[in-house]
Formats: sequence, structure tokens, C-alpha cells
Amino acid sequence: MRTFWRWLAEKWVLLLGFVLLGYLFVPIAVVMLLSFNQPASRNTTYVLDFETFSFTWHNWTDICGAAGICESLTRSIYVGLSATLIATILGTLISFALVRYRFFGRGSTNTLIFLPMATPEIVMGTSLLTLFLGLQIPMGFLTILIAHVMFCISFVVVTVKARLAGLDPRLQEAAMDLYATPWQAFCLVILPLVLPGIVAAALLAFSLSFDDFIITNFVTGTSDYTTFPMFIWGSNLRGIPPQVNAIATAMFLISFAFVIAGQLRTRRRSARRAATS
Amino acid sequence: MAALLPTASGTPAAATEIPVEPPAGMRRRRWIPYALLAPGLLWLGVFFVFPVFQLAMASLWDPSGSIETGYTFAWSFSNYADAWEMFHVQFLRSLWYALITTVICVALGYPLAYAIAIKGGRWKNLMLVGVIAPFFTSYLVRTYSWKAILSDSGPVVDFLKWLHILPPDGRLLATEFAVIAGLVYNFLPFMVLPLYASLDKLDVRLLEAARDLYHGPVRSFFRVTLPLSMPGVLAGTLLTFIPAAGDYVNAQLLGGPNTQMIGSVIQSRFLVVNDYPIASALSVMLMLTILVLVMIYVRVFGTEEVV
Amino acid sequence: MTDQDLCIENVTKTFGGFAAVDDLTLTIPDGSFFALLGASGCGKTTTLRMVAGLEEPTAGRIMLGGLDITRMRPYKRPVNTVFQSYALFPHMNVADNVAFGLRRKGENRADTRRKVAEMLDLVQLGQYGTRRPAQLSGGQQQRVALARALVNQPEVLLLDEPLGALDLKLRRQMQIELKRIQTEVGITFVHVTHDQEEAMTMADTVAVMQAGRIEQLGAPAEMYEFPASAFVANFLGQSNLIKAEVTGQADGHVTVDAHGNRLAVPSARCRVTSGAALLGVRPEKLHLADDLDAVPSGHAAVRGVITDASFTGVSTQYLVRAPWGSELTVFVPNSGIANPALPGAEVAVHWSPAHSFLVGS
Repeated sequence: MRTFWRWLAEKWVLLLGFVLLGYLFVPIAVVMLLSFNQPASRNTTYVLDFETFSFTWHNWTDICGAAGICESLTRSIYVGLSATLIATILGTLISFALVRYRFFGRGSTNTLIFLPMATPEIVMGTSLLTLFLGLQIPMGFLTILIAHVMFCISFVVVTVKARLAGLDPRLQEAAMDLYATPWQAFCLVILPLVLPGIVAAALLAFSLSFDDFIITNFVTGTSDYTTFPMFIWGSNLRGIPPQVNAIATAMFLISFAFVIAGQLRTRRRSARRAATS
Repeated sequence: MAALLPTASGTPAAATEIPVEPPAGMRRRRWIPYALLAPGLLWLGVFFVFPVFQLAMASLWDPSGSIETGYTFAWSFSNYADAWEMFHVQFLRSLWYALITTVICVALGYPLAYAIAIKGGRWKNLMLVGVIAPFFTSYLVRTYSWKAILSDSGPVVDFLKWLHILPPDGRLLATEFAVIAGLVYNFLPFMVLPLYASLDKLDVRLLEAARDLYHGPVRSFFRVTLPLSMPGVLAGTLLTFIPAAGDYVNAQLLGGPNTQMIGSVIQSRFLVVNDYPIASALSVMLMLTILVLVMIYVRVFGTEEVV
Repeated sequence: MTDQDLCIENVTKTFGGFAAVDDLTLTIPDGSFFALLGASGCGKTTTLRMVAGLEEPTAGRIMLGGLDITRMRPYKRPVNTVFQSYALFPHMNVADNVAFGLRRKGENRADTRRKVAEMLDLVQLGQYGTRRPAQLSGGQQQRVALARALVNQPEVLLLDEPLGALDLKLRRQMQIELKRIQTEVGITFVHVTHDQEEAMTMADTVAVMQAGRIEQLGAPAEMYEFPASAFVANFLGQSNLIKAEVTGQADGHVTVDAHGNRLAVPSARCRVTSGAALLGVRPEKLHLADDLDAVPSGHAAVRGVITDASFTGVSTQYLVRAPWGSELTVFVPNSGIANPALPGAEVAVHWSPAHSFLVGS
């Protein structure tokens, strides 16, 4: 008994941490559970009642069964990939300028990068809506893409900047000292070393874009370019199809598998390094 | 929003602010940084700065106009008075909910970040994955899931009724409790990640030295650990407070008429009622309030590591 | 002067009004091991970076073998650098690091592979080609950096404090190693360091820099025995510098008055011949005698009291307070003959005038 109390005194913070992580996981577990439920009606998709729970594979076997659900998913992926590509390029260029050059206007650039992150999404949504209405730009894929690139840029800059700042500036000098032209030095030395940061930024941008609802809600207008979050929101009145839970669960499992695989890879690599040195 | 992973959050400033002079061969061309900045800044200028400016203009439109007849600019500051008159309850409620959410997030997030950074050991990476795990599913789905958990026939309500904490006809949905619970859940990771980043940088030897000096874990925590992790607390509070104040998803899905937040009002004024001047005035008010609060907050806590 | 000498002519480099290098003129002979010695901030690294092409001179020009390279891009110069932090490419293995320069120059695969292997053997890292830099010790990384530069067979190899990050024992070992390699390959080495002992053991010629200028240039022994200024006298080893006033010249000697003592210095060892000066003697050139009677004839001598004695093994280092208050340092070799003197003892400190020198104050 004494040893138990001593163990608890030692480990209670860690235990509390795991309890809190458990709390973060609860809604995910519920979604997983509900993905195997056949709700009595579409309006009870999000009712957790063990007495009326009826097990089914249907939501998984007929995952595209609800009208428009998989189309919206495809749109979200398409918007996400496009926005990620543009935002990653633009953001990476900015971070290179900020970290590797000293120039007039550097401070204001930093502020401009920070501002979108400090502005509530609803304000960005309403202001973009005002802009598009004023210019009479038809809402749809283009306006959604513009908005997503806009709010992703800052996050890309911050992520790539952190990686770039950790890079030894002598590496570029060393490359140029060893007969590499500035372009070769960039391609052979700088880019490969910053790449992990750029990849991280791209993943972040994709997840931001893919999951965005608040801003998208403003810039979709009356168009039928419904992204996945917009699909869920729009189904609210008619009732949400239970397939949404299957898709959300699949999304979770796929992302989780990716992250764990990445972790295992770095762990294996560092283990190998430790073994050989 | 899967914003601000550890690398991106509390840590950036200090380390990144030392610009590096490029070698002589490259420095001659002074236009290069501007060429690198141009496309991205242009995008932000046209689609962020300019629209916000336009929004401010729209908030001063003559309110007698409509979508069909068009609006005229008229320095109608009365829009602000009208907006305040009609919606100050929702406005103040939003700030209040955001404040409570932030306080609860600090209370829950600090122990979690501390557990990961200081006590995590070999669990560290796995626990970090756990923190960002909610981002792996959709924001709306997560919030709907809370709706299921807190639903009238759900396990939480049943349990509270069994304990007689909740009366037999009591419910959680459509109450303040449900909205704040949703906000706390959705923004907790934004608190934990910057906190983790600043706690992880702490030198463990420093903590040991503090234990030596101050005798006892409690005092050394308040004298050393907490002050040194303030940049993380600061970044975390901003990252929680700002989105929480503007959110309307939680209020809409988990709340009722008495828990409406300003985001819902702006949303419906814009998209349903089409009352642009009032909706714009509310947006500008929200933005300015948050900006001023952030500035005061940063000034008081005196940390420049936020940006 | 042969064709391949490196000539720095009237080079100045200013950073926002501050002159890091101030009208520097220097010729580094082909095939020599040249050391630029100075405290941090004296302009030695800036000089090196200008030769490498990583900084551009504000004024003046740099010639290599008759070719003006002042404004030539770094990647076009036949010059390679070993950086202080090594700057090894962390994402490439050792062999790829070493092959980097050859590949940029378009060397064919077979030659590249052969040269890299030879170079790795030369720096005794033959077995490490497939390792990543992070898997090597500091000393091994240092040798990779050296191999990576040397394999290109540059006209001049620049070394920027290459041994600064190594511990003392490894540093001594690498000094010998570097010297061996330089002799073997015959390339001009320009070595920047703040460690005077390192400069003296390795270099044929040492230039002492201060505030962007060269204070003295020459062979290490020559500079040590007859420094050009008080700064060099103190920077290269230790010196006893006694304030003196020149009183006259006679018989190839300059006579000075030092705190009432009339002392003579051979004219050939005087940097100044009038006015206020400093008379210098190295601690190991000073001897102790029981009293003035015991001083050998022809030696100069002053009286003093021993205030401190510390035994270091090879010698005993004494501090002797002279009548005018300042202390002289005397190294007495541990030759096993003399009895050790004790603090408090009155002694006479004496030296051969041929070992003293006179510099401006």
C-alpha cells in the first residue's frame, strides 16, 4: 500500500495527463461507435442512446450512399490540394525572404503575417464576402480557393521560418566555396534541408483547408460547390446521413496511421544512428 | 483548425529573428527579397487587408439601402449604435464565454502540457499525437459528437439524473454548459501545443537547481517553471480566446436561443437577413475589441514572443 | 615572388563605418603555411572571407597568381575553405560531402571516386565514407571538412579556426597532422587562429593582426625573439616590459634609464632610439642571483624581492618585485642544479643585454 502511494506521488501528473488525453479522445470514440449505428431516422444520427443502438455495417459498405456526400469529399480534397500547393509556395518564398535577407519593411511584413492569425475567422469570412459581392465575383471554387490560400499562408510562413532559422548559414557558403552556383547551392543543400519544414507546412495547410467551415460558409454563397464541412452543415435541416461518421472515422484512422508511420520512421532512424556511432 | 503545431507556436520569435547576410555574391541584388515577398504579400493585401478595409467601409453604409437597391456610403456611425443596441447581449456573452473557455483551457491544458513535456519520457511523442488527434476528424463532426454525448437520452444526462444533480426533466443541450464544454474541447489543443513548446525548452537541470534553492516542488514551480513558461501561456491564451470569441458552430449546434453568440448573429445578418451595414459593424467591433484586448494583454505581460 | 603567390593589396573592409580590415597589404608566398594570428574582432576572419569571396572588399584588390580575384564569385575561385563549425552537409554521407566540389566541377565518376578514396585515406577516414557527419566525433568531422576542401586541389586552402572546437589533446594531435598534410600536398595554407602557440608550431610565417592592421609579420622564432611592438611582445608568449627613457647611443648600444637603472640594449635590437620606450626581456631569459656580486660580468641586473614561486614541473616561475613596485616574471628551468629560492628572499635579477629588446611605448 505504501509503495502504491509513493508510486502515485511520483506519477500523478503523468496519470492526469493520460486522463486529459482520454477526454480529448471521447468524441472521436463516440463517432467511431456511431459509425456502426443504424439511426431510427436521419435526425437521430447524433443521439447516443444505448437502448436504441442497432449495429450495422451499412454505413461502411455504402459509404457513398448519401446523395452528394462523396462528391463533397472529393471537392474538399481538391480544394485542399490546390490551396496547399499555392499557399505552400507563396508562404515558403516569404519565409526565405524573412529569414535570409535584411530589407526595408521586414517588421511590417512580420506584422502582416501575424494579423490573419489574430483575426477571428468570422471577420475574414465577412470581409471576403463583402469583397466578392462588391466586385461581383461569382461564388464557387475560385472564391473558396482564394480564401483558403489566404488563411493558410501565415501558417506556412511560421512553420517554414522555424525550420529555416535553424539552418547554419555557413552551409550555403560552404556549398558556394565548393564551386556550387547559388542555384546549385539552393537545390543541393538548402532545399533538401528545409524540405521537412515545407512538408510539415503543407500538411498543416491541407488540414486547415480541408476542415475549414466558418470562412467557407461565407464564400460559398449560393453556389453548389459544397465542400465536406459545408455538406455536413447543410444536412443539418434534413438530417445528417450516418455515413458522415464512417467517413470521419476513416479520416481519423488514415491520418493516425500516417502520423504513427512517420514517428516510427524517425524513431528507427535515430535508433540506427545510435547503434552505429 | 489544426493550427500551430509545436514548431509553429510559442517558439518562433526568439530563434528566428536573426537574419543572415547572404554571401557577397548574392547580396548585390537588393530586389530579391521583394521578389520573394511579392506574390504572397500581394495575395494577403488583396484578399485580407483590402477586404477588411472594405468591411470597415460597409459598416458605414447608409442602412436604408438593400441588396436590391444597392447601398451608398454615408459615414453612418449610427450603424454601430444600432448594432450595439440590438446585439450587445450576444456581444458581451461571446467575450464572456471566450474568457471562461480560456481560463478552463489553461487549467486543463497546463497539467497536460506539463505531463507531456516534463514527465512524458518515452510516452512524449505518443502523447503529442494524442493532443493533435482531434484534428484528424472534422471540426463539425467533433462538435456533433458532443451533441450526441450530451443529448437528452445520452449517458451524461442519465448519469447526472441518477446522481440527482440534474432534475428529471433537466437537460444539458441548449445550456451555457454545453456551449462552453464544446468550446473548451475544440480549442484545448491550441492551448496545449504552445504550452508544450515553451515547457519543453525548459532545462531540466534548472528545475533541479530550483528544487535545491526553494526547497519543495510547489514553490519551485511557482518561482521558476511558471514564469519561464509564460510565453507559452500567452500564446496559448491568444490562440484560444481569439477563435473562441468569433466561433458560432458550438453555440449553434450545442446551444439554444439563450446562448447565441455574436458569430451566429453576424452569420445570420450576413447570410440570412442580408443586413450588411449592421453585420459589418458587428464584425468590425469584434475585430477591434479583440485587437485592443490582445494589445493590452501583450503590453501587460510584456512578452514579444507572440508574433 | 613566384606566379602563384596570394597578394592582398591595400584592402579595406568597412561594416557601416567600422573598418574591420584597414588598408591591409600582405603577400603570402606559394606553398607556405601562413598563420593570421589575432584576438577576436581583429579582422583576421574578415580577411579570410574576402579571400574566399564570401565578403567583398570595400577598397583594394586581391591577386592570386597574377589574376585579380577581388570581385570573382566564390564558386569560381581556386580557393577552398575549412569552416570553423565545419559546415558539413548533414544530409549527405562523408563520401558525398568530400565529392561535392569535384562533382560541381564536372569531374568524371571514376576520377571522383578515386580521389575521394585517396583523400579519405590521407585524413585516415578510409572506413567512414558511408557515415553521416552526425555519426562522427568532432575530430573526425574536422578531418572530413579538411578532406572536402583539399580534394579539389585548390591554389590556396583557407582554414578558419579549424581546431577551435576540439579539446586540447586532440588539438595538439591535429596540429601535427595538419602540418604533415600541408607538407605532403604542398598547397598554400592560410590559417586563422587566436591561439599563438598553434600559430607558432604550425606556420612558416605568422602575421599578428590588431584592429584591422598587421602588427608584425615574420617567422615565428624571429618574431618571438625580437617583437616589433609591446602588443606583439605580450600576444606572442609572455614578456617583462620595463618603462625606460632613452638617454643616448654608444658603441652599437642604446643606453636607457629605467627607474634610475642605467641599462644598455644592442642597437640592432631596438625598435626606437629616442624618447620613452619599453625595455623587454622574456621570462625564460631572466636569471636569479643571490646578490649583485654574483651577477656574471656583462649582464644587466636589477634587485628585487621574491613575492611568489610556483613550481610547474619543467620550471619554477617566480614573481620578483622590483624596487619601483612592478613585478618581473622569471622562469628558472628545473635543471636540478640551483636550490629553489623562497618568497621573501632578496635577489638580483639579471640578463644578457643581447636577450633584451627595446620597443616603443
